[in-house]
Amino acid sequence: MKQAWLALADGAIFEGRALGYEGETVGEVVFNTAMTGYQEVLTDPSYKGQIITMTSPHIGNYGMTTEDAESRRIWAEGFIVKEASRLVSNWRSRQQAQDYLHEAKIVGIEGLDTRALTRHLREHGSQQGLITHVAGDHRRMVEKAQAAPSIVGRDLAAAVTCGKAFQWTEGSGEWAPSLDEKPRARSTKRWHVVAYDFGVKLNILRSLVDVGCDVTVVPASTTAMQIDALKPDGIFLSNGPGDPEGVPYAIEAVRQLIGSRPIFGICLGHQILGLALGLKTYKLKFGHHGANHPVMDLRTRKVEITSQNHNFAVAVTRPFSAIPDRPPVVDTSFGQVLVTHLSLNDHSVEGLACADHPVFSVQYHPEASPGPHDSAYLFTEFIKLMEKQHV
Amino acid sequence: MPRRTDIKSILLIGSGPIVIGQACEFDYSGTQACKALKEEGYRVILINSNPATIMTDPELADRTYVEPITVEVVEKVIERERPDALLPTMGGQTALNTTMALVKRGTLEKYGVKLIGASAEAIHKAEDREAFKHAMQRIGLRVPASGTAHTREEAIKVLDQTGFPSIIRPSFTMGGTGGNIAYNREEFEKLIDWALAMSPVSQVLIEESLIGWKEYELEVMRDLKDNVVIVCPIENLDPMGVHTGDSITVAPAMTLSDKEYQRMRDAAVRIMREIGVDTGGSNVQFGLDPKNGDMVVIEMNPRVSRSSALASKATGFPIAKIAAKLAVGYTLDEITNDITGVTKASFEPTIDYVVVKIPRFAFQKFRGADPTLTTQMKSVGEVMAIGRTFKESLQKAIRSLELNMNGLSSREGLDHGIPEGFDRQPALERVRQHLRTPIAERLWHVADGIRLGLSNDDLFALTKIDPWFLEQIRELMQFEALLVGQAGKKPAVLDESLLWEAKELGFSDDRIAQLIGSTSASVRKQRTKAGQSKRGVTYKRVDTCAAEFEAHTPYLYSTYGSECESRPTDRKKVIILGGGPNRIGQGIEFDYCCVHAAMALREEGIESIMVNCNPETVSTDYDTSDRLYFEPLTEEDVLNIVEREQPLGVVLQFGGQTPLKLALPLSKAGVRILGTSPDAIDRAEDRERFRDLLNKLGLRQAESGMARSVDEALQIASRISYPVMARPSYVLGGRSMQIVYDEPSLLEYMKSTVKASPKHPVLIDKYLSDAIEVDADAISDGTNVVVAGIMEHIEEAGVHSGDSACSLPPYSLDQSVVEEIRRQMKALALELGVIGLMNAQFAIKDHTIYVLEVNPRGSRTVPFVSKAIGVPLAKLAMKTMVGKSLPDLGLIEAPTPVHLSVKESVFPFNKFPGVDVLLGPEMKSTGEVMGIDQDFGWAFAKSQAGAGAPLPRGGTAFISVKESDRPASLEVVQQLQRLGFNIQATSGTAAYLRNHGVHAETVNKVMEGRPHVVDHIKNGQVALVVNTVSNASSHADSLSIRREALNKGLAYYTTIRGARAAVMGIEAILKKELTIRSLQEYHHHS
Repeated sequence: MKQAWLALADGAIFEGRALGYEGETVGEVVFNTAMTGYQEVLTDPSYKGQIITMTSPHIGNYGMTTEDAESRRIWAEGFIVKEASRLVSNWRSRQQAQDYLHEAKIVGIEGLDTRALTRHLREHGSQQGLITHVAGDHRRMVEKAQAAPSIVGRDLAAAVTCGKAFQWTEGSGEWAPSLDEKPRARSTKRWHVVAYDFGVKLNILRSLVDVGCDVTVVPASTTAMQIDALKPDGIFLSNGPGDPEGVPYAIEAVRQLIGSRPIFGICLGHQILGLALGLKTYKLKFGHHGANHPVMDLRTRKVEITSQNHNFAVAVTRPFSAIPDRPPVVDTSFGQVLVTHLSLNDHSVEGLACADHPVFSVQYHPEASPGPHDSAYLFTEFIKLMEKQHV
Repeated sequence: MPRRTDIKSILLIGSGPIVIGQACEFDYSGTQACKALKEEGYRVILINSNPATIMTDPELADRTYVEPITVEVVEKVIERERPDALLPTMGGQTALNTTMALVKRGTLEKYGVKLIGASAEAIHKAEDREAFKHAMQRIGLRVPASGTAHTREEAIKVLDQTGFPSIIRPSFTMGGTGGNIAYNREEFEKLIDWALAMSPVSQVLIEESLIGWKEYELEVMRDLKDNVVIVCPIENLDPMGVHTGDSITVAPAMTLSDKEYQRMRDAAVRIMREIGVDTGGSNVQFGLDPKNGDMVVIEMNPRVSRSSALASKATGFPIAKIAAKLAVGYTLDEITNDITGVTKASFEPTIDYVVVKIPRFAFQKFRGADPTLTTQMKSVGEVMAIGRTFKESLQKAIRSLELNMNGLSSREGLDHGIPEGFDRQPALERVRQHLRTPIAERLWHVADGIRLGLSNDDLFALTKIDPWFLEQIRELMQFEALLVGQAGKKPAVLDESLLWEAKELGFSDDRIAQLIGSTSASVRKQRTKAGQSKRGVTYKRVDTCAAEFEAHTPYLYSTYGSECESRPTDRKKVIILGGGPNRIGQGIEFDYCCVHAAMALREEGIESIMVNCNPETVSTDYDTSDRLYFEPLTEEDVLNIVEREQPLGVVLQFGGQTPLKLALPLSKAGVRILGTSPDAIDRAEDRERFRDLLNKLGLRQAESGMARSVDEALQIASRISYPVMARPSYVLGGRSMQIVYDEPSLLEYMKSTVKASPKHPVLIDKYLSDAIEVDADAISDGTNVVVAGIMEHIEEAGVHSGDSACSLPPYSLDQSVVEEIRRQMKALALELGVIGLMNAQFAIKDHTIYVLEVNPRGSRTVPFVSKAIGVPLAKLAMKTMVGKSLPDLGLIEAPTPVHLSVKESVFPFNKFPGVDVLLGPEMKSTGEVMGIDQDFGWAFAKSQAGAGAPLPRGGTAFISVKESDRPASLEVVQQLQRLGFNIQATSGTAAYLRNHGVHAETVNKVMEGRPHVVDHIKNGQVALVVNTVSNASSHADSLSIRREALNKGLAYYTTIRGARAAVMGIEAILKKELTIRSLQEYHHHS
């Protein structure tokens, strides 16, 4: 069994066994607490620049499929697990995790105390790290970790966005959410939605198709004018990796687009919208990465169990010490903005909506994948906005 | 939403006695519910007939009725207490069924009692097979093809749609009682009859077989605002066809992709909504076709369950407590997560470890029982283990089982590889045979299959166990082979990296030693010495959130990682060792004592540390003790904790035989044992030292001798004359104890049942026929002894004390005998230097008292005595062990209650068709109930009703007794006649009775032609059965009588003393109306 090491920028060293592609890799080390969906996590472009630690101890049990990938490749910089399964067991599986990692040239490490690592990251914050399969001086490993680029201020969206616009027509098919029995498409009209690809997860596109959208996916650098030229019924701002302040051009484009057409943003798209509205964003200590985060819709007081994956969050004037009785309102140059959703865990902002424009966004992932389908209704909300606008 | 203010008082129904399918988990949930509701300021009224529960402690509710859980009695409670609401979801199937009966009867409506937690409609929809099927179809979910039937003819019609194999499920039973799998028409007809008899509504569902499909369970919570969370997905290692209670289960699910899991989650949420469980927890079971992912819904329980207890322990999310709060109107987001203290209950726990549950069976107790695992639950208990990987968790669970297995030991002698000249073919055939049908030991046979070279495909074809699990076991076998390869190497120590790898894989020191040919002491030595070089056992916290938030609750498990989170305090602390898995002879009573020990320590300002591995229990609730270690109770695991915590001492006397076995090894390792010394324990356990002790005190014992060989046994027996009682040393629940009537039987016993050896001698003593047996419990601080309770057994000596009914105070003994027993108890306790509890059993024959045995520890009867006299004995005992004297504690003398308390045992015979119900020296009961009243007759009658066989008020009594019992039976029969019963008897008994002036009608024995007695019982023409038999040969003739009486739920007695008590009970219920009183009322005045 080949040895491997994880070195963190603060000097911590964890020893384990080599996993995946042989070599070395650096990135910001974060942990994800989802118990299922490792393939979706690995292929989520939002993990660009990061090394993922799965807190769930057995990874790879049900193998890898073609249809569960959330993008065309693995974007994460490295992968840390307690134990990668040697044997795969599931009727849908096409490939073993190890081979999948190896093919994608992803350097990983297994067999270390991932809980100790998670606690370390919780206490000391996410930080740069190095996975290496090459034995050597620990101090040198730590220095390499420290030298790794931070995700703060970096334009990582540029690295993961599509090269040119394309149409998306595929829905979720048999794996579509089935929490409600009602037919998902609300009307026979198809809505033309232009989706900004800051690192979009395919399940978002599938979810849009499910509710009746014809989707044109466009690169992150697409300007407002180019969008207007496409004459969409609605604009979608996708998730993506890293710091929203790293994509000023997108913020600018969104600023110009507010008011013209219905806009729906998810994750990075939500943060970009927040910045466009004039709000601030900040980096969380260790982010939210998991599939069990409770979020309250402050308008209905209902709680959704959500899938999350972000390192930054939108700040309104002051942090909330408790859950307010009604949605707090923030004044912006675009009029009043409602904080529609809050995290029950840390009271951070999870959703925004403009009072005067057909614009809303959420920090979490209504497309799930991995995670619960509780928030799938938001795609229908988007359709409702377009319907209203259409009338 | 704030809590409801329109209700002030709430009635809770418990689950009654421990039976297969309904065990401690409902004490755990009921206790949580009581605490949660009281905390909210509600007046809580509780009914539960089981005295060994924490929930029936008088502090937990405002009014506690230890009364039979029957519709009549609950109605009486409602009439008396006028509760505003009834919470029916905490007491298992018993509470649900009783509630539905109350609804039907109109009681709730009459007294304006609201149902909270689940509505009658929801319960009906979930529990009625047909209604459930329609509900599922309505929301587009697939259920197995099925149909219901009320008769055999209807059932056969359903077969056309479902085919074979055919799953048979009776409606409204728990633990799948009466359920089965039929493979052909003949079998089907037989099993249908039984299933119809088992269903209280004579309704059976016949279902398409999904044998071999994967099985999953989701624990779901829902609140008034329609917020729904899944607490935990559980995967069964044993595929469909084995009841989930009998399956090895794993949390979280191991072989489900996110897509599949979310589809299942969606379905679970929709089911909650469709069934209409508005406030509380439910569990939903799914089947999944491993070939294509097809999903079917198996069933849903609209209440807390065994699985919800497991899910609570597995995740740290207290389902019952939260369900109780939801029932009174809170929403999930208003309830704080106790473990983190900062987050809310409205989330889904995520875990970073693997939990394995393994059931524990007791087939060896029930000769003739079919050990095949089917859709009807047969296990009597379970263990849970937590490890960072499945492999570690599995191995920890195996050693938690206390089956003398330190790992996946070979059943084929292949622990050290395949020996030279080993004949592989017959072994392979044996293993294949074992794997084809699910049985309790299947896991070990899988391991042997791997050792013998079977591939995962072979194993999957035989077992349908998911290949992922098979591969995990294979990895363990490969590592075992690696360890065996180290055997004989010099020096005889393991390579350090191998050692740590072995420990990470969950191997016990013992197993490692066995494989490498060393001793566990030397493995331990290497391990702890190496520990100085930074590696060693570490403890992690169960925190509901995979370390995302800090856990403030020290709920710990061991693993071999790089960081330890135990953070021991520097407080004064005591470790309490729990009782491990429930099995016959070791049940909830011991858990009750352990919980009291923790409470006592809290009151004394000493930190309590609980160690246990039984997920059903109150002791393993994270807030019972200050710190909880969910760990196996082995020497290795306990010593690790002791080393980490450095307690004042360890308490062994509350957890039954499990911790007692550790007394010597622990004290040898220098651990201080609190209370009675290990030497005193040995003096009482070792048969020869015990005899010396009695001689010294001038106490009598039945004539006896210690046999170390077959010859010696025969010599002793002929010296003291037959019948004799034979018992091995250090046994639990009378395991292998037997009354032997003649020399051939003794030979047979010595050869097949026990293997006597100098190390394991067998005690042969004179069997005192027709003696009265007495149980006594005392408490001592070393100087003062208080005899807390003297209980007269209803059945004669020879019936295991755990199986006998008993009365406190004695109902027929002379006061002088009682006083003499009291004196002897004191002498014994003082001589042994007991600090804490002591139990002894006596036999009284012709006014002479014989000491049968002494147990210097908390006994099975401690909770019963505590409830009967209103003194918390276990709690006080714990306090004596930390230095308090009995006068300090205000206990000078035990109160003598003016009421009578009767304990009756409850048996699992209805789960084992064909097994005889006769009682003997080997314990067979799983639980107990208590009946309390002003006189013995009513107390006894209540105990019978509580145990499920209420006494009849009239009708026909059927009498068939052995010859030697005839004179004694005469009085019983005359009384019955006087009370208006018709008497029927078999020819011999009838002739005797007629000769003595009793009008007795003769009925045919089964072999005498029809109609015979069993026909009469089946036709409902018999109300009471009295049937005693002499020895083995006559048992078979009358077996069908006893089985049929059992199936019909008749009151039946197999001893004359039992029948006599029944007559007293019948007389009482005919003379006086039922009255009930709460414990609070009983003890306020006494």
